[in-house]
Amino acid sequence: MAPALTIADVERIAALAHLELTADEQALFTRQLADILAHAQQLQAIDTSGVAATAHVHADQQSERPDDPRDSLSTSDALANAPDAAPDAGLFRVPRVIGG
Amino acid sequence: MLDSSARTIRDDIAAGNVSAVDVCRTFLERIDAVNPSLNAFNLVAADRALARAAEIDRQRAHGVSAGPLMGVPVAVKDNLCVRGMRTTASSRILERFVPPYDATAVERIEAAGAVIVGKTSCDEFAMGSSNENSAYGPVCNPWALDRAPGGSSGGSAAAVAARCAPLALGSDTGGSIRQPAAFCGVVGLKPTYGRVSRYGLLAFASSLDQIGPICGTVSDAALALGVLAGPDPADATSSPRPVPDFTAALTGDITGLRIGVPRAFVAEGVDDRVRSAFDEALDTLRRAGARLVDIELPHAKYAIPVYYLVATAEASSNLARYDGVRYGHRTADDGRLELQDMYRRTRDEGFGAEVKRRIMLGTYVLSAGYYDAFYLKAQQVRTLLRQDYDAVFEKTDVVAMPTTPTPPFRLGEKTDDPLQMYLADVFTVSANLVGLPAISVPCGFATETDGAAPQRLPVGLQLTGRLFDEATLLNAADAYERLTDWHVQRPG
Repeated sequence: MAPALTIADVERIAALAHLELTADEQALFTRQLADILAHAQQLQAIDTSGVAATAHVHADQQSERPDDPRDSLSTSDALANAPDAAPDAGLFRVPRVIGG
Repeated sequence: MLDSSARTIRDDIAAGNVSAVDVCRTFLERIDAVNPSLNAFNLVAADRALARAAEIDRQRAHGVSAGPLMGVPVAVKDNLCVRGMRTTASSRILERFVPPYDATAVERIEAAGAVIVGKTSCDEFAMGSSNENSAYGPVCNPWALDRAPGGSSGGSAAAVAARCAPLALGSDTGGSIRQPAAFCGVVGLKPTYGRVSRYGLLAFASSLDQIGPICGTVSDAALALGVLAGPDPADATSSPRPVPDFTAALTGDITGLRIGVPRAFVAEGVDDRVRSAFDEALDTLRRAGARLVDIELPHAKYAIPVYYLVATAEASSNLARYDGVRYGHRTADDGRLELQDMYRRTRDEGFGAEVKRRIMLGTYVLSAGYYDAFYLKAQQVRTLLRQDYDAVFEKTDVVAMPTTPTPPFRLGEKTDDPLQMYLADVFTVSANLVGLPAISVPCGFATETDGAAPQRLPVGLQLTGRLFDEATLLNAADAYERLTDWHVQRPG
């Protein structure tokens, strides 16, 4: 059995997922995710020893192509939806990365 | 004209009986009339549609050969990119996103002559079964405005049911085409995984997502699939398999077709009215010459937890791209904002509750210490489910189930309890986990008398086929449709 989900778990997951949750959201998700995970516990009763995992149903499909350069989006198209672009430099601008 | 099939509209335009512009105008007027009460569209692209229709009329005047969807108005789910047309996935985080490219599915229908009339509402990033998880308000079921149209392609299904377009595109990750089709009394097809390119579909769960048509008849589903299907260099998971003539497969003859019925699986938790419509549909198929075969799907009862572990794990990874840098919403910067805070606040402001819940669940099941117990375990049970279907398809050609355990539920009825909402997907998620093609066709109505006025609520029959055998699947569904008139009934 997985241990019961705590608010601290939810805080830890939110940090991993880059989500800033309010206290209300934390409380709500702790309860709801615990319900969902409790339901998922029924899988533990199934004997899966020696069973391969399916990540993808057509995993055997060949999908290689020649590695030739091709046209892609232009820089201006790629930047057009950016909330803060520097089109002349061809860059996306972001807030500072290193804390002051 | 509003009641015509896509095929009939195409033929009428090709024959010169009506212009593409007149067809387009008629459907745009219908959208104007009914959309305020349904909220099925996030965006109506009237000017673009009329210009496209005029171009099609000009081409026809010059004898340019018509495509198979010549002049057919099509509504496109708002998680499919259309170049230059705002595409939001019903999320705040993409409120102002204008794609610089077309989804392959969009490119193909337009190359076939389709006229895109607008973008339809859906659950945010296609996560939901009621269309209530849209940042732009819920969609109402055209049969009963206080009820959910289903989800996540609820806008597409409601639009077709309300005759805003004869054809719509949806996407189906766990039932998101079939369940709203069932709830709205129309036809919805999820093709085999890999049959239709996913390029330009805003990804939810990449091993499960598939694009398909929602329409009024099985014949139109065959027509649309013929246009959508085929390999695409832009999607490595699209299949190189040849695409058969799906329309030619619709013979109306199902003599000797073996239809598997998982009696034990559908015995529990099914509304009596759904059960009786389902039993009657089986009887119709049997009288048409099909042979009903009792089958077992021992792991199907685990499909819901498997699905919600796999789909959310993939979603948590796919949605990491929405970070306020390259596109979409970014939180306001007070000058002191740092990068990590920008990510967190942007995502908190941009995502709705269900999307956050699924990102959280997916992040949890992929995190150290829980990966084996949840994610790996789910993938192993996914293998067992595939083996169930492999065994079943040795002795049957298609599998029949109700599409949903209940008729359309009320708006608001399940929003406080996500697990209850998830459980409503019990009959649809398996096809996605195994990659199988599946279709929902109207098979009756449930009468609801507990409100002020009695309501007629649509019920859907789901048929599931072998991998890449949409031809047999569509033929079975079409044969059923020929013997019934549920599909021609429309809400008032």
